[in-house]
Amino acid sequence: MMPQLRLKLRSQTIITAIPTFWLTLFFVLPFLFVLKISLSEAALAQPPYLDLVRDVEDGLVTLKINFANYLLLLEDSLYFSALLGSLKVAFISTILCILVGFPMAYAIATADKKWRMPLMMLIILPFWTSFLIRVYAWIGILKSNGVINNTLISLGIIDQPLEILHTPTAVYIGIVYSYLPFFILPLYATLVKLDRSLLEAAADLGAKPITQFFTITLPQSVPGILAGSMLVFIPVMGEFVIPDLLGGPDTLMLGKLMWIEFFNNKDWPVASALTTVLLIALIIPFIFMQNYERKVVDDI
Amino acid sequence: MKKTKLLSIIVLLIGFAFLYAPIFSLIIYSFNESRLVTVWAGFSTKWYVELLNNEPLLSAAWLSIKIAFFNAWLAVVLGTFAAIALVRFPKSKRKQTLEVMTTAPLVMPEIIIGLSMLLLFVALKDMFGWPENRGMLTIVLAHSTFSMAYVTVIVRSRLKNMDRSFEEAALDLGAKPLKVFFTITLPLIAPALAAGWLLAFTLSMDDLVVANFVSGPGATTLPMVVYSSVRLGVSPQINALATIIIAVVSFAVLVSGIIMYKKEQAQLKRHI
Repeated sequence: MMPQLRLKLRSQTIITAIPTFWLTLFFVLPFLFVLKISLSEAALAQPPYLDLVRDVEDGLVTLKINFANYLLLLEDSLYFSALLGSLKVAFISTILCILVGFPMAYAIATADKKWRMPLMMLIILPFWTSFLIRVYAWIGILKSNGVINNTLISLGIIDQPLEILHTPTAVYIGIVYSYLPFFILPLYATLVKLDRSLLEAAADLGAKPITQFFTITLPQSVPGILAGSMLVFIPVMGEFVIPDLLGGPDTLMLGKLMWIEFFNNKDWPVASALTTVLLIALIIPFIFMQNYERKVVDDI
Repeated sequence: MKKTKLLSIIVLLIGFAFLYAPIFSLIIYSFNESRLVTVWAGFSTKWYVELLNNEPLLSAAWLSIKIAFFNAWLAVVLGTFAAIALVRFPKSKRKQTLEVMTTAPLVMPEIIIGLSMLLLFVALKDMFGWPENRGMLTIVLAHSTFSMAYVTVIVRSRLKNMDRSFEEAALDLGAKPLKVFFTITLPLIAPALAAGWLLAFTLSMDDLVVANFVSGPGATTLPMVVYSSVRLGVSPQINALATIIIAVVSFAVLVSGIIMYKKEQAQLKRHI
């Protein structure tokens, strides 16, 4: 029995070690490089930064830590506005996802058993077609001579096209549209399992449907709402494609700024410093998510 | 009761209209004769013809398919290992670490994954001379790192909810654990593996941000081509491309739905 047990333990160790090693190498370790480059100086070189540990003449090794990139982020208000902008967009998008997603998830969860699966399939289906192309589709709908404006003008409701594309409104439409399935999925998993007996008891005691909803259903669905919210809030903080294609100059977000610093200005250290700031901003919601995700991800 | 039912239907109708309006508008305008989205100039398939003659786009599509294919296999293997470790093994520090590691990529903004991976590849090349040049290989490695997290979620829920009595019976009869895994566990979780494989494939085909960071000169994926043509203005060819993608996806979903339905029916018959 003893050797067999040891064998079992060894195989367990190996099976756990393979994905752990992979994620350590390709997911955790890279963050250290981001931190390292963010403390280095930009240079006209390949790659475009100077190493922290440099071998200067006479074999004298120097360690040069450069906080200038972070000081730049503090000095130029543009970066701080981008951080606030990201937080604002992520927060408002999350609220909008709750307002749009909760009624939908609730309607599906309370639908007939035979309808639930096909309805959920319909929620997930758009997610399987290219995200980039769906964002592009909104350009055709929102632009000044797009579907919405043309319809409204031909109906005589407006005579001047509405400015929707390249405004914050377009960004919110795009984000809610793209992230809605992520919000609905965990919430639906929570709502489907709700204990019906409490509702019946409340009804027997004469509670109105509205009262039932606010005193029983809503408090019970909080874990699902929070899990779904985190799946929206965290990735939206660093969203690039949607603000880039649907937003205008007044939509300032970290993801877009970092993209410009990296690809247009070729300033890797500043881009890394921005990324570090974004990571730090995400740590709190991420820890928060870990607590709730346990309850919800398991049920999907 | 009647009132809430009606309300439910209205909510879902509005919600689905919102989800599907862009998709339908893409399909309709892909057959529009005119270059402009604004006017309907008659039915035409010329954008499809143009798309099929668009050499750069086709070669980018082929590269994306290859990357997605290799990524899907890698992600399924890694994700399944992680799922088995998380569901079947006793609680331990190492397991908790893996737990956090497999949920982080689900929410991590792509822009962070992209930059950090690129810096890793640059540093590795500096130290070991590998990866020699960035392109298909580096994109596959980057994609499978976040795809595996999604595969883990799917396989994990399947492992959690499956009946373990077959495995136990086989073990009682003296089968080796490895044999039990390949003859019993694997066939039972096969649908989840297939779903995970497809999801990993889709995620890879869809990714613009990460690929843009970790690819090198000469490796242009389909999303990169789409993105640059969208930046240059509306291109009706993209509508045609979107319609083809939607058709393929709908067909795949329909087929898998029919297979699942038939299986369910067969199971019901057996129980009677």
